[in-house]
Amino acid sequence: MIEKIDRRKLLRGTVSLGALTMLTGCDISDRQSVQSVLRTVSGFNDRVQAALFDPNRLAPTYSLAQVVKPPRFNAYYEIENVKPIDISGWKLELSGLIADKRPWSLEQIYAFPEQEEIIKHICVEGWDYIGQWSGPNLKQFLTAIGADLTAKYVYFHGNDDYTESIDMASALHPQTILATKYAGEPIADPYGFPLRLRTAVKLGYKNAKWIRAIEVSNTYEDGFWEKQGFNWFAGM
Amino acid sequence: MSVANADLVTHAAAPRMHPLILRLMHWTNAGAMIIMIMSGWKIYNDEVIFGFLHFPEEIVLGIWAQHALQWHFLGMWILVLNGLAYLTFGVVSGRFRRLLLPISPREVIREAIAALTFRLKHADLTHYNAVQKTLYVGVILVVILQVISGLAIWKPVQFSYLTALFYNFQGARLAHFIGMTAIVLFLLVHVTLALLVPRTILAMLTGGPRVETDHAETAAPIPPTSNL
Repeated sequence: MIEKIDRRKLLRGTVSLGALTMLTGCDISDRQSVQSVLRTVSGFNDRVQAALFDPNRLAPTYSLAQVVKPPRFNAYYEIENVKPIDISGWKLELSGLIADKRPWSLEQIYAFPEQEEIIKHICVEGWDYIGQWSGPNLKQFLTAIGADLTAKYVYFHGNDDYTESIDMASALHPQTILATKYAGEPIADPYGFPLRLRTAVKLGYKNAKWIRAIEVSNTYEDGFWEKQGFNWFAGM
Repeated sequence: MSVANADLVTHAAAPRMHPLILRLMHWTNAGAMIIMIMSGWKIYNDEVIFGFLHFPEEIVLGIWAQHALQWHFLGMWILVLNGLAYLTFGVVSGRFRRLLLPISPREVIREAIAALTFRLKHADLTHYNAVQKTLYVGVILVVILQVISGLAIWKPVQFSYLTALFYNFQGARLAHFIGMTAIVLFLLVHVTLALLVPRTILAMLTGGPRVETDHAETAAPIPPTSNL
């Protein structure tokens, strides 16, 4: 008798447990209390990833034959809404913990020693492609402008109200470049002309396109995707 | 009868089949697994591997992909830390050796046929048959592989040697998907069988029958229930 009641209770309990997991129609993910827990864990994961990051470990590189042309477009809007940059009078602005803040013309950037990287671009969504990028090595560039290499963050401000920052260790990684070319040609408009970040050690969204300004700082601020809950470090 | 009384005393002192620590780890793992599977489905939907397969929004965790990723990288810690504790406990306490080994292939085949024709008995909770042993050992190995392929996806540069085990990044994603499928299939069987023999659920909540420490064979047999 007792066993029967227990069994019925158990069955009912199990069924309601199962039903609970199916009730994600009223997803709690964006509740403030839940978000604060999830974002705290994401912040902890930033520190874990920084500890896992080996500044000397190189990402795999690929052959010319594996390069995908054209590269894959991605932004927070569709490709037809890309607003090409008016290149007349374009300058790269510099701010923050930098000794020489004079803006750079495109000619000056093109004259800077070029580094080529055939690396994988991996998007947080799960797709990837192999691309051939070239432009100034970021560490050399930061050194040339007298940036404080002991600062914590390097910010990249895009022309489309898109800001993303990376940690200094990743900025100084040998496979982090300010790309001006794809497959040997100036990067086409939809992929970030005239200047974008390409680093082999971060997910796609950290690679700001259409860069108009670079800032070196010790102050943390959420970038475009972090505001929406994506992880900041986004290391590979 | 005095013999029976002596028996009772021994059994009152004997530990339960599922000690409290194991029950806590079991339900912690169940929660972590549900978080990982449902958030994983949402992450998958952002870039499907198979064009015909999208997981319905009603059964995923996370309104947007970023929520699903937040859940996934929280669940990861619960799953891994709890899993390491479970594996350590299973080895050190001798539970794995006692309950899951040895597995005889002949018995597996015989009992699988019996199970499929609904002739497999599970009267004694303290003893796992060959099919159960295979499923449990199998799912433990799949979860370990799932952690490895997960790390290969999370850190394809820092752990590039892990990613290479699966050929490349997409290979690791595919392996992670197949692992999830295997775990979900296991869960369907596991939960169905548990519901068919509800005493097993009760045992995982309250500890179940008392067993002798050295060999479960001498445990008091459970009276078979009439309505199974």
